[in-house]
Amino acid sequence: MTDLVETGTRSVGSSASKSYYQGDAFAARLRQRYAAERNFKIAGYASIGIAAVMLVVLLSTIIGQGYTAFWQTRIQIEATIDPAEVAPVGTTDRTKISQGNFNKLLRDALAAQFPDITDRSDRRKMYDVLSSGAAYELADAVMENPALIGQKVKLWVTASDDVDQLMKGYIERDAREENRKVNDIQLRVVDKLTADKNIALQFNDTLFTRGDSREPEMAGLWGSIKGSFLTLLVTMFLAVPIGVSAAIYLEEFAPKNKLTDFIEVNINNLAAVPSIVYGLLGLAVFLNFFGMPRSAPLVGGVVLALMTLPIIIIASRAALKAVPPSIRDAALGVGASPLQAVLHHRLPLAMPGILTGTILGMAHALGETAPLLMIGMVAFIVDIPGGFTDSATLLPVQIYMWADSPERAFTERTSAAILVLLGFLVMMNGLAVFLRKKFERRW
Amino acid sequence: MQVQTNFAAKSPLPLDAEGTPIKMQARGVKVFYGPKQALKGIDIDIGENKVLALIGPSGCGKSTFLRCLNRMNDTIEHCRVEGLLTLDGEDVYGHNIDTVQLRARVGMVFQKPNPFPKSIYDNISYGPKIHGMASHKDEMDEIVEKSLQRAGLWNEVKDRLREPGTGLSGGQQQRLCIARAIAVSPEVILMDEPCSALDPIATAHIEELIDELRENYTIVIVTHNMQQAARVSQKTAFFHLGEMVECDDTEEIFTNPRDERTQGYITGRYG
Ligand SMILES: Nc1ncnc2c1ncn2[C@@H]1O[C@H](COP(=O)(O)OP(=O)(O)OP(=O)(O)O)[C@@H](O)[C@H]1O
Ligand SMILES: [Mg+2]
Repeated sequence: MTDLVETGTRSVGSSASKSYYQGDAFAARLRQRYAAERNFKIAGYASIGIAAVMLVVLLSTIIGQGYTAFWQTRIQIEATIDPAEVAPVGTTDRTKISQGNFNKLLRDALAAQFPDITDRSDRRKMYDVLSSGAAYELADAVMENPALIGQKVKLWVTASDDVDQLMKGYIERDAREENRKVNDIQLRVVDKLTADKNIALQFNDTLFTRGDSREPEMAGLWGSIKGSFLTLLVTMFLAVPIGVSAAIYLEEFAPKNKLTDFIEVNINNLAAVPSIVYGLLGLAVFLNFFGMPRSAPLVGGVVLALMTLPIIIIASRAALKAVPPSIRDAALGVGASPLQAVLHHRLPLAMPGILTGTILGMAHALGETAPLLMIGMVAFIVDIPGGFTDSATLLPVQIYMWADSPERAFTERTSAAILVLLGFLVMMNGLAVFLRKKFERRW
Repeated sequence: MQVQTNFAAKSPLPLDAEGTPIKMQARGVKVFYGPKQALKGIDIDIGENKVLALIGPSGCGKSTFLRCLNRMNDTIEHCRVEGLLTLDGEDVYGHNIDTVQLRARVGMVFQKPNPFPKSIYDNISYGPKIHGMASHKDEMDEIVEKSLQRAGLWNEVKDRLREPGTGLSGGQQQRLCIARAIAVSPEVILMDEPCSALDPIATAHIEELIDELRENYTIVIVTHNMQQAARVSQKTAFFHLGEMVECDDTEEIFTNPRDERTQGYITGRYG
C-alpha cells in the first residue's frame, strides 16, 4: 500500500502526504469525465426533445385535419312511403322493396318542405343537398321495417359532402356564388333546415360500417379494415409458425457449416429487400403461375408473410440466443432431448423477445402498401370482403387512394383513416408490451 | 497403472487391479476446442460405487473431462473428442448410443448453479416427468421430497416449493441442482465443484451426501479443495495442463505422490 502511494505522489509531484487520487492531475481528469457525461446527457435530451416535437407536430396535424371526419352532417326528412313508388302495402320481399324509387320519395319530401322553390334547375340544386346515398338509407330503413310502406317516416339521412363541409365551416359563405361549392339555393335550404333543427352533425358511423365509395360522405373504412384483418390473419398463420420453427432449427439443430452460414446471410439480406420486390414475386408466382385470384387477402397475406418471415426469424433467433446456455445444459443434463430442451426451457424464456419481434413484424406488414400494388390490391373495391379469396383492399392502400382524391371531404377522411391505422398500430404495440410483461421471467 | 479386462463371475463389468468393477473407462481421450487441444490422452478407470476426485490447477481440463463422460461436450461448437470412453463396457461415443439415455444414466451437477427459472418443485420434477418415473402426483411428491431431503435442502424450502428456484441463494441453488440430478436416479453422478458456493456446514452436508450416495451411485467430483478430495474420495486423479499426471488411491496421492508436480500441487507450492 505504501509503495503505491509513494509512486503515485512521486509521479504527480505534489506534497508527500497526498496520494495520486487526491492530486490536481486526477482532479482535472475527473472534471473531464464529468464534462463528457454532461455533454452526452444534453445531446440525449436534445434528440429525445426533437423526436417528441416531431411526433407532436405529426399527430396534431393529422388529428387537426382528421377529427372532423368522425362527424357527418345528416338531414332529417319527413317522407311519405308511397306504395305506388315502392311496393304494395304488406310487401316484405326485400328485393322487391329495394327496387322502389326512393330517390323520388326523398325529392318529394324536400319539395314538400320547400314549396317556394319551384324552378326546375333550382329544384335540382335543392335535391343536391342530400347525398346520392340517402336513397339507399331510406330503402334500408323500409327494408328493415316493411310496415312503413304507406306511412309517413321521419329519418336522418346523409347530406352531400359539400353541405357537410359547409356545416364544418370549411366553405366561406361570403364568397361569390360561382367560387363557392354550395350555391345560393342550397345555402337557403341549409339555413332553413338549421333553423328547424333538421340538420345536424352526428357521429359518422358510415366511416366504420361501409366500404369505399366515390362519394366521400358514403365512403367507409370497414372494407379495408376487414381486408387488413383477413390479410394479416393469413400472414400470421403462415409467418409465425414457419418463422419460429426456422429460428429454432437454425439456432439449435442446424449443423454449423458453409451452407447454414450462406442461409443465415441470405435471411439477413431478405430482411433488407425492398418490399415491392415481394409484390413482384407474388405476381409472378402466385398470380401467374399458381393462378390465384387477384386482389385477394389470401395472396396479400402470403406475400406479406414472405416479407415478415425474415424479421420474425431474426428476432426469434436473437431471443433464443439470449437465453443462457446453462439452461440448456441443465435440461440436457437431466436427460431431456434437444427438442425438449428447446420447447420446455429455451422457447418459453425466449417468448417475450419472439412475441415482440413477431408483433413488430406484423405491425410492419399492416402498414405496407408497395407489395400489394403488384397483386392488384390497390384497387377501388366497394364490397366488403367476406372471405380470403374475395377482392379486398387494405387500410394503408385505402389511405393512399383517398389521399389521391381531390375532394376536401376525402382529405379529412384520409387523416381519419391514418388515425384509425395508427390506433391499430398502437394497439398492436401495446399488446407486444403487455405480452412481454406477462411472459417475462427472471433467471 | 495395470488394467485387467478379465470378467469376474459375479459382475458383468471388468475389474480393476483391486477387484472393483469398472463402471466407466477412458483410454487415450483427447479433446480439442477447434485447433486448441485441451486434453492430451487421458486413461482413467472409474470404479463402480466409488468416488473419484479430479484435482488440478485451473484450466487443466477437469471440467472438459467431466463433460466428456456424458457427452455434454456435444453442445459445444468446434469441440472434438478422440479416444475411447466406455460406460459398462459400451462405447459412449459409439454409433448406437443414445445421448438422451446416456445423460439420464450419467447425471451432472454443473460448476455454476443453473436452476430452471421455474418453481423449486418443477426443477426437481422435470427430469422424472420426462422419463415417466412417476405415474401420479403422490409419487412425484415423494420423489421431490426425497431428493430435496438427500440434498439437505428440504427443511429450508418445504414451505416454498412453488416459489422460483432462481430466488434461492447461491448455495441453496447448488443444492437444488444436486437434488435435481439425483431425482432421476442416474448410475453415475458427475459433480463439477459442487461446493464452491457453499458454506462449511452445507459443504459438510454435501460431503455426507456423497458418501451416502456412493452406496448406489458412482461419483466423479471435481474439487479445488484438497481436504474435500481427501475426505470424500477413494481415488484421486491429478490433472495438469491437459494431462493426467497421476491417478491412484486417494491416500497414496496425498501421502505418497509419485510425481513431483502432484507433490507440488497438493502441498500448495503452485496451483
Ligand atoms: N468452450 C470452450 N471453448 C474453447 N476452449 C475451452 C472451452 N472450454 C474450456 N476451454 C479450454 O480448455 C481448457 C480446459 O478448460 P476446463 O474448463 O476443462 O478447465 P478446468 O480444469 O475445469 O478449470 P477450472 O478449475 O477453472 O474450472 C482451458 O484452457 C480452457 O480455456
Ligand atoms: Mg472447471
